[in-house]
Amino acid sequence: MRYTQITQEQTSRMLTAIGAASVDELFKGISHEHRARGAIKLPGGLSEPELMAELESLSGRNKACSDDEMVCFLGGGVYDHFSPTVVNDLAMQSAFLTAYTPYQAEASQGLLQLFYEFQTLVCQLTGMDVANASLYEHASAVAEAVQIACAATKRRRVLMSRAIHPDAYRVAQTQTYEQDLELVPLPIDGGVTDAGALGAALNEETAAVVVQSPNFFGQIESVAELADLAHGAGALLIQSADPISCAILKRPATLGADIAAGEAQPLGIPMAYGGPLCGFLACREAHLRRMPGRIVGMTRDADGKRAFCLTLQTREQHIRRERATSNICTNQGLLATRVTIHTAAMGRSGLRQVAQLCVNKSRYAAARIAELDGYRLKFAGPFFREFVVQSDRPVRNVLDHCQGRGIAAGVPLGGWFPELKDCFLIAVTEKRSRLQIDALADALKSV
Amino acid sequence: MATNTTASPTGTRLPRDEDHPLIFERGAAGASAAWLPPSDVPCVDPAFAFGEDAVDTAGPEIPEIGEMDLVRHYTRLAQRLFSVDANFYPLGSCTMKYNPRVNERAAAMPGFARLHPYQDEADVQGILELFHRLRLALQEISGLAEVTLQPAAGAQGEMTGLMIINAYHRSRGENRVKVLTPDSAHGTNPATCTICGRQACTVKSGADGRVDLKDLRDQVDEQTAALMITNPNTVGVFDEQIAEIAKIVHARGAQLYLDGANMNALLGIAKPASFGVDAMHFNTHKTFSTPHGGGGPGAGPVGVAEHLRPFLPVPQIVRRENGTYGWDEDRPKSIGKVRSFYGQSGVLVRAYTYIRALGGDGLRDVAEKAVLSANYLAARLRHRFEMPFPPPYAHEFIMVPRFAGSDVTETDIAKRLIDFGIHPPTMSWPIHHCLMVEPTETESLDTLDRFVAAMLTIADEIENDPERVRTAPHTQPVRRVDEVSAARKPNVRWRPQ
Repeated sequence: MRYTQITQEQTSRMLTAIGAASVDELFKGISHEHRARGAIKLPGGLSEPELMAELESLSGRNKACSDDEMVCFLGGGVYDHFSPTVVNDLAMQSAFLTAYTPYQAEASQGLLQLFYEFQTLVCQLTGMDVANASLYEHASAVAEAVQIACAATKRRRVLMSRAIHPDAYRVAQTQTYEQDLELVPLPIDGGVTDAGALGAALNEETAAVVVQSPNFFGQIESVAELADLAHGAGALLIQSADPISCAILKRPATLGADIAAGEAQPLGIPMAYGGPLCGFLACREAHLRRMPGRIVGMTRDADGKRAFCLTLQTREQHIRRERATSNICTNQGLLATRVTIHTAAMGRSGLRQVAQLCVNKSRYAAARIAELDGYRLKFAGPFFREFVVQSDRPVRNVLDHCQGRGIAAGVPLGGWFPELKDCFLIAVTEKRSRLQIDALADALKSV
Repeated sequence: MATNTTASPTGTRLPRDEDHPLIFERGAAGASAAWLPPSDVPCVDPAFAFGEDAVDTAGPEIPEIGEMDLVRHYTRLAQRLFSVDANFYPLGSCTMKYNPRVNERAAAMPGFARLHPYQDEADVQGILELFHRLRLALQEISGLAEVTLQPAAGAQGEMTGLMIINAYHRSRGENRVKVLTPDSAHGTNPATCTICGRQACTVKSGADGRVDLKDLRDQVDEQTAALMITNPNTVGVFDEQIAEIAKIVHARGAQLYLDGANMNALLGIAKPASFGVDAMHFNTHKTFSTPHGGGGPGAGPVGVAEHLRPFLPVPQIVRRENGTYGWDEDRPKSIGKVRSFYGQSGVLVRAYTYIRALGGDGLRDVAEKAVLSANYLAARLRHRFEMPFPPPYAHEFIMVPRFAGSDVTETDIAKRLIDFGIHPPTMSWPIHHCLMVEPTETESLDTLDRFVAAMLTIADEIENDPERVRTAPHTQPVRRVDEVSAARKPNVRWRPQ
């Protein structure tokens, strides 16, 4: 296939206008020696039917999560939630798909308004004062939140719960290492962050305490208590939050968090093998000018009419260069668009219904599994949407057995947490039916 | 608040803001566009499940709206937006090429879109094979030894590349604190140096837009970790000194990092590895046609030379001896993880689809047509618009509009182009008062000629009717937007009245 349109005859005319004898002549700034080795040795291009056949074949060799092929009880940061048909249709309109970052405000009012709506929705969900127009994903949102806290407190020590998503922890490790920040893990006790250990670890060097609630195991953290401890030492509390649970549980700002970071994937984004996702970041007004990424503001046009534009750009790399708050130059525009439309489609009561169904179904599933011989719930505390099961049988055998029955039963935890090598994590969203949950329980029983 | 009003068809006067209300100003409590089945398991009271203290009985203030109005709201917003599908978009350094529909169809296939990242490897062999093929293709295109697909965007790719370079120096017992960037570099380059704990130092460019070799020689030393360079550079010229630059940098043990933003001009023409590049990132949303999506998602795969391979992020996509594909975590010298899971999977599916559609020859055709189109526009416009650097250009070029006795600015020209249905070029960067034009390879000669005609019309207007240019745009839902007030008193969210 070719997406170029200029014909051979037009090429000649264009070369005449340029005053060049050949297209090659235009590349004379690159030496012959380099050009001689420039050819790309890849197979020739394909026609559309050939291309689609190849992709169908590659796609067909994956077991898509669906009721017929693979019933999904996997969670751990990406979830199989429902999204109305209309959301995908509206988000994939060609203007949303193929616009650039809305630098040119007059020609981008639609997208700017949409990002302003996104920022507002993130504020409503987290209870925070201000939000940006999204970041790459959960891990980058947490890493950027850490940057804000270090800049705000002028301190360099960060205490991060081990019950946060392991990838968020690892990404923070990669970044803080280069910046010479001290990243200290907070141990887990009974599936939640050990508050006693936090008390001992806090000192006057501590910039931030980072916790996730519901945490990686689905457990609800005592955020208010942890926030009090952090504030007592002059540190900020960063909560990684789940947007669905925010519909029924107290929100990060209410619990005393200073910054909320999280992943908006549950709000209408396909799982797509873990990407693209949509990180969100919201905070108290005081930290607005330390926020990274795109921010849209409301303003007026020359006639005094309401208008929107990208704002506070002096924080950003294209203006401040090495003094920028971050090197990030994009948001996840198309995903923020999807999240905004999805959230509006669901509405307050729709979101609350989803959250309630997750509570009902995950507790039903937990109760069913806890009755089975050889399985028990690992942690006793309240959980949202997912929970950890301990198995007397080897976890790999259990999961393989269920897989053979078309059930992706859970995420094994031993790779990240050696002490949980006999455990796996089960997520139950509103999409799972009672029949599917019963089938899971039967599969586990028959291992 | 605005007091301006417009007449509605029924004769009533509506506040003008309500031409396009916010989603929060629409709908009614109790409306919905989502219909879920009732619970088929026992209902659990959240106050019982989580405790009274933990529960929010009201829930967040999220608007409620019916499906018809939801559709109309977001359809109208999409109509108030320039895009590549509707408008020529010669935005320099952004490579706004056509985003093929087949890419979208591929990414939406259930076998890609409905995969959970923690599914067992045996159940996702198709997408793993696709990743592996993409990795090999990017290695071939760059000539570099190994590519990681993990970084989420170009900026994250830069960060990954610089961290790899830092890790390499450390492995040799060196801690090099300086990173050099040319004064014409993308702002991300120096910003990346800072977040990687390095000090960014600027290297001067000569009058011809190329790196000043003397300044480079003076600055590169045993403290220098790397030079980050863009080639063709951001003023749109190939720096033929690149091999010499590589020698100067390598002689002091520093590494050469290529910002791959301008790969569109190199595809199939020359391979970065042959210039002496040690590490680089690709921007799939520029070079490989994945849609910009209004500012993301992108993807920023990073390629490295042999000696940097051990430091690549984990996990890496590999083909195992038994012919299956999987993720390799066992890389003890790795810098670690830079993004959750494996990267921007859906974006990578699109990039693979594009590369496979075009093949090796088609990719060379991209570079040729991109460079031909840029040089054609420059040749047609140079009699009216000053161009500070001599041709030939790569895939983009810079003009600095100057009109005797006129105070019309590059911003005015950019805004006036909007009235012609053309998205403005990049403005005021990398040199003052410039416009940077990048047509890309996918435009027809007809579109290029229309752009020339629009620019020449504007040049005439500047001489005969400058007010028309200075007050542009005249055709958009809003007139010139007050960005200064927006930054002075930020209003970044709606609040209930």
